[in-house]
Amino acid sequence: MADQTYPIPGSFDATPSRDAALLEWLHSWVVTVDHKKLGILYVVYAIFFLLVAGAEALVIRIQLAIPNNHFVTPEVYNEMFTMHGTTMVFLVGMPILFGFANYLVPLMIGARDMAFPRLNAFSFWLTAFGGLLLYFSFVGGFGLYGMGSAPDVGWWAYAPLTAKAFSPGHNTDYWALALIVSGFGTLGTAINIIATILSMRCRGMTLFRMPLFAWLMLVVSGLTLITITPLTAAQIMLLIDRYLGGHFFDTQAGGSAVVWMHFFWIFGHPEVYVLVLPAFAIANEIIPVFSRKAVFGYPAMVAASVGIAFVSLTVWAHHMFTVGMTSVSNAFFVLSTMMVGIPTGIKIFNWLATMWGGRIHFATPMLFCTAFVLQFLLAGLTGIMLSVAPWDWQLHNSYFVIAHFHYVLVGAIVFCIFAAIYYWYPKATGRMLSETLGKWHFWLFFIGFHVTFDPMHFVGILGMPRSIYTYEADRGWNSLNMVISIGGMIQGIAVLIFAWNLIVSYLRGKEAGNDPWDAWTLEWATPSPPPAYNFATDPVVRSRRPLWDLKHPNDPDWKYER
Amino acid sequence: MSSVPIFADENWRLPSRGRVGMLSLIVGESAIFTIFVVAYIYYIGRSTYGPTPQILDVPIFNTICLLSSSLTIWMAERAIERGRTRTFGAWWGLTVLLGIVFLAGTAQEWTRLIVHEGLTIRTNLFGTTFYSLVGLHATHVVVGLIGLSLVMLFTLMGRVEQRHAERIQVLSLYWHFVDAVWVVVFTVVYIVGR
Repeated sequence: MADQTYPIPGSFDATPSRDAALLEWLHSWVVTVDHKKLGILYVVYAIFFLLVAGAEALVIRIQLAIPNNHFVTPEVYNEMFTMHGTTMVFLVGMPILFGFANYLVPLMIGARDMAFPRLNAFSFWLTAFGGLLLYFSFVGGFGLYGMGSAPDVGWWAYAPLTAKAFSPGHNTDYWALALIVSGFGTLGTAINIIATILSMRCRGMTLFRMPLFAWLMLVVSGLTLITITPLTAAQIMLLIDRYLGGHFFDTQAGGSAVVWMHFFWIFGHPEVYVLVLPAFAIANEIIPVFSRKAVFGYPAMVAASVGIAFVSLTVWAHHMFTVGMTSVSNAFFVLSTMMVGIPTGIKIFNWLATMWGGRIHFATPMLFCTAFVLQFLLAGLTGIMLSVAPWDWQLHNSYFVIAHFHYVLVGAIVFCIFAAIYYWYPKATGRMLSETLGKWHFWLFFIGFHVTFDPMHFVGILGMPRSIYTYEADRGWNSLNMVISIGGMIQGIAVLIFAWNLIVSYLRGKEAGNDPWDAWTLEWATPSPPPAYNFATDPVVRSRRPLWDLKHPNDPDWKYER
Repeated sequence: MSSVPIFADENWRLPSRGRVGMLSLIVGESAIFTIFVVAYIYYIGRSTYGPTPQILDVPIFNTICLLSSSLTIWMAERAIERGRTRTFGAWWGLTVLLGIVFLAGTAQEWTRLIVHEGLTIRTNLFGTTFYSLVGLHATHVVVGLIGLSLVMLFTLMGRVEQRHAERIQVLSLYWHFVDAVWVVVFTVVYIVGR
């Protein structure tokens, strides 16, 4: 390499040219093992795919806005709802939540980095290339329909549709391989978070002094270990069927399509809790700070989170009441599903009790979290309705189900993600996000959300099935579908305002300082953005709110905490 | 409790991150194996045509080799803890050897099944589940052997010392896991399923 055209990173070049400086900056992001940079990479990657999958959702909504529409072909429509679901779960939900965990967990527990920094970088790049592989399907391979060969079997990919005979070409392979790759990335991150939390806490940070965010991330990572892996196993079986001529899901040779459903939902249902527990974690940090009170019922919150994780492992077949299981199995899954309502109910009451009597300050993060509590409650109630097998027989695969889980995934998780970005953006960049744009974003998104997903319950009860390309004009669904599509557009506008806010505030936002929200956890004790080593001296904590103790030396928490 | 000064916890000790990480990996791997084992058990006797599991021979010698390798690796762990690198090398080498014998035994078994019995992964449901479950385990043996051989290489170069004991024990955890899983696979495939 005599003819060296790129700069050596870290070299003492006296006056690097503009291009060389840019290259060096990019290079530093590629080779980084810093948990904060990787956390930011995760979040940026997820926001990019949030925009992509949001655009896919809008294509779906334009297609369904009026009856007998032909905005896209049926084939493209199938690809759109498959990619929308797959992207939102695997390329948005998981990476963004692990991104927050990556950025915040070491800061919150007073560590200088994750337990395995290089594994951390490796996991991120696996996840990233998994996502790129999935999206390469749009241009790669020989597509059947002139749209590349994007997966079109639904994000649940039920057998036997995925068999070679019914899904020729490479679309299903892209789906399975991309998710196996990103699944290993997820597994690596989960291992890393567990090892970080158990082995890297600073002096005095006992498990029961950890911020609830760290506690919930520990639970989520434990759940991820046994949740993502069954999907990987099932996808390996699928690839054996497709490439080696195996018979796992080949009903002609004695295989079973129902086994795929079981394996998929053994992954799929706990996955919902893997996604929603980090949302709870975010609310657990934000609601107390903006209510100016310590979180209500800390031990109950921990117990409820662990309880949710355990119960969530026993509920998967409530996705399969219409398959024709025995009535004993149906009864078991009805009861276990209803049981999830108990720990989640405890959480909702704890958040309300935290707000009760507090001096609530409705900054944008708190607005999102307040809406989250309301929407998550409603989502939970429709969940209890659907857990009743006879009710589910009526509404299975209808838009009522779609409305229910979007209430969880958007109404709870996406709202909390937005709250988290407004809350921690100042820490990561040193600048505040614009409150004006934030309020616009919140109210438009809140209104758009309800205009979209509230009527979905009604079209579902009126009998509209999910995943249909179009419908006849005489079903009585027309105006409701138009309203839903308009709501989708309003949400789209809100997200664009958000993206604009991210860029504008980065360039021209107000200086944040170390602790703009007057918060209590350790990350706010560092400069914004924190230096690579996080803490100049290892912190020592004596209570759950170390910064409160520092700010109020006459009235510290450790006098009252057991 | 409030009167206890915080700096009293002079011996602030946390579990080793290597051990926690490896145990977490083992939990995740166990879930993968569980799914394959469940599939195997569910599909026992559901092949619509032959050959059936009766063609399997019970690999007793193989099993003894693999299970005793858990013992030899434990002896190696103990040796390195006390700084006896030569003893460590001997036990470690024996472990690698036992692993290789196990793989050779599997290769022999598969050759017989493929060439003489005509059972491949695509022949029937039994073939699919058998080769994927036993193959999944064999894959883990291969990965474990790569790790063990790397340490063997360092040992031969004289680079392994007492201070590496913990890392070696973390790697050994994985090998113990591979052995323990074989007990399950063996029971399911050669005893329950045959």
